[in-house]
Amino acid sequence: MANTWKMPAWFYRLGSPRWSFEIMGKLLPWFAVATLALLSCGLVWGLAFAPADYQQGNSFRIIYIHVPAAILAQSCYILMAVAGAISLIWKMKVADMVAKSCAPIGASLAVLALATGAIWGKPTWGTWWVWDARLTSMLILLFLYIGVYTLHSAIENEVTAGKAGAVLALVGVVNIPIIKYSVEWWNTLHQGSTFTLTESPKMAPEMWMPLLIMVLGFYGFFSVVLMLRTRIEILQRERRAGWVKELMEAH
Amino acid sequence: MCRDDALELSLTRVFWITLKRDLMLAYRRRNDLISPLMFFLMVATLFPLGVSPDPQFLSQAAAGIVWVAALLATLLSMDSLFRSDYDDGSLEQMLLSPQPLALLVFAKICAHWMISGLPLTLMAPLLAVMLFLPEQGMSAMVISLLLGTPTLSLIGAIGAGLTVGLRKGGVLISLLVLPLYIPVLIFGTGTVQAASAGLPVGGYLAILGAILALGMVLAPLAVAASLRISVSD
Amino acid sequence: MYFDSFTDFIAMGGHGLYVWLAYSIALAVIAFNVLSPMLRKKQFVAEYQRRLKREQRLGESNRARSAE
Repeated sequence: MANTWKMPAWFYRLGSPRWSFEIMGKLLPWFAVATLALLSCGLVWGLAFAPADYQQGNSFRIIYIHVPAAILAQSCYILMAVAGAISLIWKMKVADMVAKSCAPIGASLAVLALATGAIWGKPTWGTWWVWDARLTSMLILLFLYIGVYTLHSAIENEVTAGKAGAVLALVGVVNIPIIKYSVEWWNTLHQGSTFTLTESPKMAPEMWMPLLIMVLGFYGFFSVVLMLRTRIEILQRERRAGWVKELMEAH
Repeated sequence: MCRDDALELSLTRVFWITLKRDLMLAYRRRNDLISPLMFFLMVATLFPLGVSPDPQFLSQAAAGIVWVAALLATLLSMDSLFRSDYDDGSLEQMLLSPQPLALLVFAKICAHWMISGLPLTLMAPLLAVMLFLPEQGMSAMVISLLLGTPTLSLIGAIGAGLTVGLRKGGVLISLLVLPLYIPVLIFGTGTVQAASAGLPVGGYLAILGAILALGMVLAPLAVAASLRISVSD
Repeated sequence: MYFDSFTDFIAMGGHGLYVWLAYSIALAVIAFNVLSPMLRKKQFVAEYQRRLKREQRLGESNRARSAE
């Protein structure tokens, strides 16, 4: 039922909300500093130093936001589903709280990916939107996020809401490969043009290195923001606990 | 001691009090407000996926798709108009109060439109862009929705009033109300399509306005009557 | 530096509107994600203090009553 596999000790220790709260508090400054360093380096490099694309010109620079946002939006959903699974299998409260915190972050990143995709499209193909496989899949991912978030906020009981959200996230994660496949198939069926936003067959190192840094920076940003949200969620859920009282009185 | 403060409640004051109450209740459940909007977006997305993303096709169909999606999203949100009041007994209190029920109902419908129909109207340009609606049709789209969505809320309220006591209220409302929505749909999409073709839209807008005016006067009376019937048993 | 001057940098070869619009939306999303939990924390602390005070007051009135 609960402990089907043997996990390392720290895994079980994470089950304690208080321990998770404290360890996240310690990790936060490190991640924040690393994120700031990576993001500022990547931004400056990408905006000012990297060369413009031969065909797209300077609008190409939007890639340094669009691609990291898209990658993170997808990774975040997978993390949300994994955290949900852990909370259901091991009945771990903290995993539940992590999963709940992922939903709004992932949704905002999906919106960012879509918005930057649309803005990039305007100078490149002349229209604000195209129904291509990538953007359509990202739109459906946004719908999945909104569903999980709405479900969480609709159910009053926090524990039940967490469980329901976890189930929905798991159903979604199983569906994502199916959705991707069918959307790509649909796209080839209605094949208008063969453009893809980011598949420039060869990107010079001066172009993809700042991109890599931005992706890492975004992962850092995601970790920071996730830890921030999860800590609040822990405080909120554990508000009746003694250690929270001590913490609040020390304020 | 309590002064016998015969609070002179003018009809306008009753209207505002009811309106503010409903808006405040809605604000407390803010997260529920994005559901109709997301539904709106999702339904509009279904058409390119299910039929064709071809810009030629979509630009012709855009007016109809946006209007149908707005219609369905409004329909979906109608159940919540009286549900919570019915559940906690405030609806019965409204029926028993000396204030004209039609006025209370009208205020509730106004509040409901402000949190569902109006946001839909504001979001419609986004959908119109995604569905390649021609530029000339854009303002007609917004104005037709601005005139049409209040009518949708008014007519939908009749369905909500008739089914408020029932458990399977939601689907039933749709069956009752959809036929009544058809004229609004026809003239709403007609406006946008005329504008997209460069034709004048004055006549269409006048008809939409007339339907709205008729609805504002008659619908609250019909809803009040339906509520009295539904709550009586 | 890829650009010759600061004005060139802002103009982005004509694509300035798009690039800066995209980057400002990114900034807004980042800001939202950082500020939203901080705001919630403030609300939580305020709510917590209020509840604490309320419970203290109730406790005192109960003690006062039982002391009579």
